[in-house]
Amino acid sequence: MSLVRMSAAIEPAAQPKQKTGKSVLARWSGPALGLILPLGLAVGWELAVRAGLSNGRLVPPPSVIYATFAELAKTGELQRHAAATLARVVAGFGIGVVVGTLLGAITGYSMLVRRFIDPSLQALRAIPSIAWVPLFILWLGIFEASKVTLIAVGVFFPVYLGVMGAVMSVDRKIVEVGRAFRLSGAKMVRRILLPAVLPAYVIALRSGLGLGWMFVVAAEFMGASEGLGFLLVDGQQLGKPAQIVAAIVAFAVIGKITDWLIVGITAPFLRWEDRFKSPAAEG
Amino acid sequence: MLTLEGVGKTYANGVHALDAVNLSVGPGEIVAIVGGSGCGKSTLLRAISGLDTPSQGRVLLDGEKVTKPHEKIGIIFQEPRLLPWLTVAGNVGFGLEDRPKAERDARVAEALTRVGLSEKANMWPRELSGGQAQRVAIARALVPRPEVLLLDEPFSALDAFTRVDLQDHLLGLWADTRPILILVTHDVDEAVVLADRIMVMRPRPGRIFDEIAADLPRPRERQSSAFDRVRRHVMAALDRSLKPVAPSDANEAAAFWW
Ligand SMILES: Nc1ncnc2c1ncn2[C@@H]1O[C@H](COP(=O)(O)OP(=O)(O)OP(=O)(O)O)[C@@H](O)[C@H]1O
Ligand SMILES: [Mg+2]
Repeated sequence: MSLVRMSAAIEPAAQPKQKTGKSVLARWSGPALGLILPLGLAVGWELAVRAGLSNGRLVPPPSVIYATFAELAKTGELQRHAAATLARVVAGFGIGVVVGTLLGAITGYSMLVRRFIDPSLQALRAIPSIAWVPLFILWLGIFEASKVTLIAVGVFFPVYLGVMGAVMSVDRKIVEVGRAFRLSGAKMVRRILLPAVLPAYVIALRSGLGLGWMFVVAAEFMGASEGLGFLLVDGQQLGKPAQIVAAIVAFAVIGKITDWLIVGITAPFLRWEDRFKSPAAEG
Repeated sequence: MLTLEGVGKTYANGVHALDAVNLSVGPGEIVAIVGGSGCGKSTLLRAISGLDTPSQGRVLLDGEKVTKPHEKIGIIFQEPRLLPWLTVAGNVGFGLEDRPKAERDARVAEALTRVGLSEKANMWPRELSGGQAQRVAIARALVPRPEVLLLDEPFSALDAFTRVDLQDHLLGLWADTRPILILVTHDVDEAVVLADRIMVMRPRPGRIFDEIAADLPRPRERQSSAFDRVRRHVMAALDRSLKPVAPSDANEAAAFWW
């Protein structure tokens, strides 16, 4: 398949008819290629269990996982746990983004503030955030507050670093254009700085969200009565591997959807971006 | 009327980039500034624009001291410096934010027609060629109708044909409202085609070395003998400006003989 792709790239556009046929193939061959391995393994495992080569108790076959998923969804359990987890991520993400954006913008803008607080924040960043868990539980109790705080800490650092870096690396020449048109203060921020940092900001938000999903699992491990993390722990304690895998799948799906939301909402503002596009994506 | 009174600049690192420049430019005049690299041409232009403040002396526009960017002074940089998140039309209208939308649209459309880019109005800057982008930058600077337009080697990154084309465009636009043009250039032909007066600068510290009047009729014929005479005059002055005059400079020159 990759051979087809390569020859499509090398061949000059001398035969336009053939070329469109190949580019359709090239466009789908990439994702398709990536699906072969997981689908093959899933089907293979299913067949192996059906054939009695394994009892599939510790590694449930896809049909059992699907059945568990459907069962959880039918009773409303899945929705309840997913909603609890999503609520924690949204709250922690919101707090982490607000604080990270504010501090990142201020430290990026002012060298004095950066010298003053950035070293401390960098030192805190060096601590593996899970290490905070006992302290947060002591301070905030075992319920929602400590969980949301842990997620917020996880989200904070990538957002803070991303915003600070973006503000610091705004092109001096572009800022000078703003000055030449007598912009200052709020107008300079709105018309020059904000649009200039937006692409980097979206990347920072996405990595912050990724960490948010990671930390929600850690937070729910430390004792929760609901949430997808609870389903994981529960599945382990009661020896229900299918439930664990179902929860993992739910994490993957919801995580990906929230990431798409960020990309989709910001895309209209980033159409101007002069990005590298692979030939396959452009064709 | 733009007046420079003893404008000098010493940078924070101690470089004495500019020394007491006096210059007076009347309405509608086009002045070209030529000189070797590092002789303070950009420094001078930035001081006039108000982007930097001079260490000595002052810049006066119609008797008013210029201390920060001024609405009657526009500047075009060596690179187009278009804002990548605005369309071509958005960039051209950047300086008209506080005008009513109808007026803004009309003036942007007119300016784009004047630089021959009206069908590119809704494109992104990344979709333009270098010459087109620089034309957008010229339109952006001219749309607020400045009285003074400063140009810092605006065409130096372009090929010879595009450069000649843009010089004609610039003169056409200038003829509309006849602002003062102050143009820094490395290209002697460009200076002679455009300017009424050519100032030759001398380095370390930067100062005006010679002033040559180019009183040729417009439009200027690049092949005429009068054009050639002015060009050779400028070349000779440039040559002399780069040679050491006083013996005190001899040591420095010796250090650079290789
Ligand atoms: N921001 C700055 N800080 C310190 N020194 C500077 C700064 N900008 C320019 N200089 C120095 O001032 C002198 C004049 O620089 P300037 O940029 O005005 O030269 P120029 O005539 O425009 O040169 P070129 O033709 O190469 O553009 C140079 O010696 C340069 O090193
Ligand atoms: Mg310069």
